[in-house]
Amino acid sequence: MPANRFNGNCDYGIGIGLRVPHYAHILSKKPTVDWFEIISENFMVDGGRPLELLDRILEQYRVVQHGVSMYFGSADKPDRAHLRKLKELVKRTKTPWLSDHLCWGSVDGTYTHDLLPMPYTFAAAKRTAEKIRQVRDFLEVPICVENVSSYAEFHQSEMTEWEFLSEVVELADCGILLDVNNIYVSSKNHDFDPYDYVNNVPHHRVGQMHIAGHTKFEKYILDTHDHPVLDPVWKLYARATELCGVSATLLEWDDRIPSFDEVHNEALKANEFIDGAKKATA
Amino acid sequence: MKRPPKHAPKRIASTGDLRSFQRMMATAVTRPLTSSDGLQSKWIDGRPMDKVASEFVKPNDRLSSFERLQLYNRMYWFRLYDAIQDDCPGLRAVLGDRVFWRLAQAYLEARPSRSFTLRNLCSRLVDFIRENPRLTAPRTALALEVARFEWAQTVAFDGEALPVLEAADFAALPPTRLRIGLQPYLTLLELRHPIDTFVISVKRRDAMRSEASNTPGAAAAARPVVRPSTPRALRTWVAVHRHNNRLFYKRLDPAAFRILDALSRGLTLSRAVAAAGPGARPAQVRKWFTAWMALGWFCARGNKRSAKAS
Repeated sequence: MPANRFNGNCDYGIGIGLRVPHYAHILSKKPTVDWFEIISENFMVDGGRPLELLDRILEQYRVVQHGVSMYFGSADKPDRAHLRKLKELVKRTKTPWLSDHLCWGSVDGTYTHDLLPMPYTFAAAKRTAEKIRQVRDFLEVPICVENVSSYAEFHQSEMTEWEFLSEVVELADCGILLDVNNIYVSSKNHDFDPYDYVNNVPHHRVGQMHIAGHTKFEKYILDTHDHPVLDPVWKLYARATELCGVSATLLEWDDRIPSFDEVHNEALKANEFIDGAKKATA
Repeated sequence: MKRPPKHAPKRIASTGDLRSFQRMMATAVTRPLTSSDGLQSKWIDGRPMDKVASEFVKPNDRLSSFERLQLYNRMYWFRLYDAIQDDCPGLRAVLGDRVFWRLAQAYLEARPSRSFTLRNLCSRLVDFIRENPRLTAPRTALALEVARFEWAQTVAFDGEALPVLEAADFAALPPTRLRIGLQPYLTLLELRHPIDTFVISVKRRDAMRSEASNTPGAAAAARPVVRPSTPRALRTWVAVHRHNNRLFYKRLDPAAFRILDALSRGLTLSRAVAAAGPGARPAQVRKWFTAWMALGWFCARGNKRSAKAS
């Protein structure tokens, strides 16, 4: 869905993550980029250079916030201080929607700083959806939840991951940030067909997509974000685009970051698959 | 984090079950690694870890429950070690790799992160070093000074800036009643060693080394630290601050330090100036104030901030 209520009815195209090694290039060369995704936590500070840089970016570019620590799936209540800081940033960036992960990572106020997988149960889905609603009501901005890559599954699960994602977003009435690389990584680690996942999520709720590179090891795949996007992920992206429509798409490249142009050109490859998906559905 | 249940809940049918499950997994993920960077073989109650892991983690045909859990255990420690070494290159240089990692592990075990952001990971490190001197012996005094200095850099980098006082604000009250605040991002440090030059030398060395690498993050983490020579004792007074959003260290005259320290403790302007001592010439004091005002260090009093970190 190009523009829907889950992404603030914005018809954004292909963006890339705003990363430190590219700041100087972006500020001096002012390259044409449809939008940047920022990691909210990097700018949830009280002052100094991060906010100065952000303000300079905001003067020229559209920015969407992506978080890594809201932990919708944690049993803990949302942290009010965290929410207040996030809301300050939302007001500053005027982000049309905000995303964070369908995962947990803290318990009893202690943080692991990881995106830990959920046990896929109805009770966990209900609790997670409640938190998403609370956060959205406080922040007053649409929310999309992102499926994470994972390396473990649990005996306690009562459904598949895509069923859990669907259950949560329906209960919360929120959007999906569909990370097709994460689907691919998890499908290899947990032996499921990634197309089953893409085919069976509520497509009308997809407000954004992520693409990224990963690294294969002998017994598992790691979601490293340090490579170009691999062919199977592009194919999955094409299928997701056929089903969901052309969504705001973001390339994540977080480690061994090459030049700005290399990252941007890699992201723009998505256009080929978007065109293909348009022809396929025409 | 509260102690996990004896066993992972068989079903997760409530938020309470979810919390129990998460305590179990978080305890496993945050337990210290073995000397070979692996998951410990025994659970906290002495049961074999592979049995405990199999209570909640499914195996597959390539990885056991234990091995899957171990992936998360490793990622937790590697991520947090990376964050600590990024924030504390000087401390690592002072202590050397072996002692630094032992300190980092003990710190993270005793003071796990209570913040949503890794920016605050080292916020309690100074207190921890002070309370556990054996971990850094015989360099505890130096380690404390470097840790204070490096935390001051974090504060200076992105700490709050309050509206700057203008010259007219100084005339609003007589000096005997006027109390002036210092910017929250500014930290005053009275040190026994020239930590500012030491940290600069460590950063310069690291910068040169990373320029020679194609993969700065990964390579820097893997390289053993080359310990620079210990700074020689030299009483040093320094302000760690920022100007135009760039980080600076400003050496202070001891009398100037005493004035700023007195202001930060809430003394009136006249008493703060008196704290400089009889040797401070009025012309010199005026010059200092002019410079401090130009740097934007003064703000209205009432903001919370720590004073002299002695």
